[in-house]
Amino acid sequence: MSSVYQVLPGPEHFLPPAAASMGVRLPDSGQAHIHGKIVNEEEAMEVAARQFLAAKVPTIFPGPLVLWAWNEKAAKKATAIRHLYETLKECVAPSQEAMLIPMPDYRPKYPKINPEVEINPNHPNLTIWHNKIDTCMFVGVHCHQANLSLKIIRGGTYCYTIAMCAQAGHEDAMLSFRDATADKIMRLADWVKRLKGSVKPPQD
Amino acid sequence: MSKERIKIAPEMFDIMPPEYQDLVQRATYGNETRGWKDIGTSKELIEEHSLCAGCPESMAFRYILASLPAPEDTVMVGSTGCTSLVFPHVGVHNIHSLFGNQNAIASGLKRALTVRFPDRVKDVVVLAGDGATVDIGLDMTLQAWFRQEKFTTICFDNELYANTGGQESGLMQKGFVAKMAPVGKTFEKVRLPEIARESGCHYVVNCTVSKPNLVEKVIKNAIHVAREIGPTYLQLYTPCILEIGKNSMEGLQEMRDSEKPAERFSYKEYVSDQAKELLTELAAKEKERKAAAKKQLAGQA
Repeated sequence: MSSVYQVLPGPEHFLPPAAASMGVRLPDSGQAHIHGKIVNEEEAMEVAARQFLAAKVPTIFPGPLVLWAWNEKAAKKATAIRHLYETLKECVAPSQEAMLIPMPDYRPKYPKINPEVEINPNHPNLTIWHNKIDTCMFVGVHCHQANLSLKIIRGGTYCYTIAMCAQAGHEDAMLSFRDATADKIMRLADWVKRLKGSVKPPQD
Repeated sequence: MSKERIKIAPEMFDIMPPEYQDLVQRATYGNETRGWKDIGTSKELIEEHSLCAGCPESMAFRYILASLPAPEDTVMVGSTGCTSLVFPHVGVHNIHSLFGNQNAIASGLKRALTVRFPDRVKDVVVLAGDGATVDIGLDMTLQAWFRQEKFTTICFDNELYANTGGQESGLMQKGFVAKMAPVGKTFEKVRLPEIARESGCHYVVNCTVSKPNLVEKVIKNAIHVAREIGPTYLQLYTPCILEIGKNSMEGLQEMRDSEKPAERFSYKEYVSDQAKELLTELAAKEKERKAAAKKQLAGQA
């Protein structure tokens, strides 16, 4: 089934449809998707790296699956994510600000969350608005919560969303990898390093 | 069991919100001697809460969470009511059930945990209000006791439906006039502690939460008895200060007044013979542990 629906940066208004319901399908192993179109994983690596380098506030949102060292794989991914963040910081211009903001849990928090220190899946737009984040990557977030967040972000912000998914990928992200491993995250960091200086930083 | 299971990845530690850093560094998970006296000196397993200022339920929550013998191996089951506003802020696994079916959920959960973790003790603790326990969920409450399910049921008894504006509940006292029950209750407060005893609960206590050491004692007893023998039930008076026309600072006095001899929350306890035996055994072990610790301390001095 081919789809004419493209998963693009929003705001797509109050209730963006689930991309799956619009015919967007998930990539197979070795593939990724960009805006709903299936591409080779390497192509997606390059596009994701360019997105990060072209953003004013490129941000990584690690979730509970990588924040807690609950097994060896998770600990390795955490190391790789930190490496990607440090690489981003190194590779962006002084006018850009790379951020690493955790999604430590999924519980509704009252009276409010602190958008400077965390992102919450029930209102991810607050953190994105507050920090003026224009490109973000989800990693280590459970599928359902990631889908929910990605849809809310697409509905209410102009932020470009990337999913580094450990399972089959996310239709609701603008760009999604699948089968994420520590190596794959390191490869993305390599791409960022390789493209350093070749992407024009954003203008005010 | 210890904090080993809740280790933050070292590369992520500095970006975690401070309450999580505190939770892994200063909470009392894995501490066998944990109790209410840790409050104020360690990280509590409750973050901020969204209850009213001065609400006795918030005191009860703090004492209970400080008294769980093994919070890292405990799952709490909540139900609709004021308590469900607190559970999202609690550092213990918890499940929100449909209004009233908390004891049915806890039954399945306890059985599943026993199969899934045969070598580890897992405690299940139901914590619900009087509406969920005695009115809407009475069937599930009683059936769990009849079946001798091994978990603890705690009822926060505020004697009405508080967060919906003050409707009459089965545990409301006779004659009480509430905002949404203007005629006054026409029948007696349901005697659930006695029903619990007759339904097969091995440890039943009816009291207020005015004394933290007492709350700690009954919580620990109830959980230990539920682990080894069968169902236990605690009915704790946590008055809704708003619905009974009190001010924020008057909750404690209200509980003290209600626990006087002959009042409806004077301390009442029922312990089955089996439970008595177990608690005596546990008390002896505790005494031994304290003596050994004292001896060790003296040796160090």
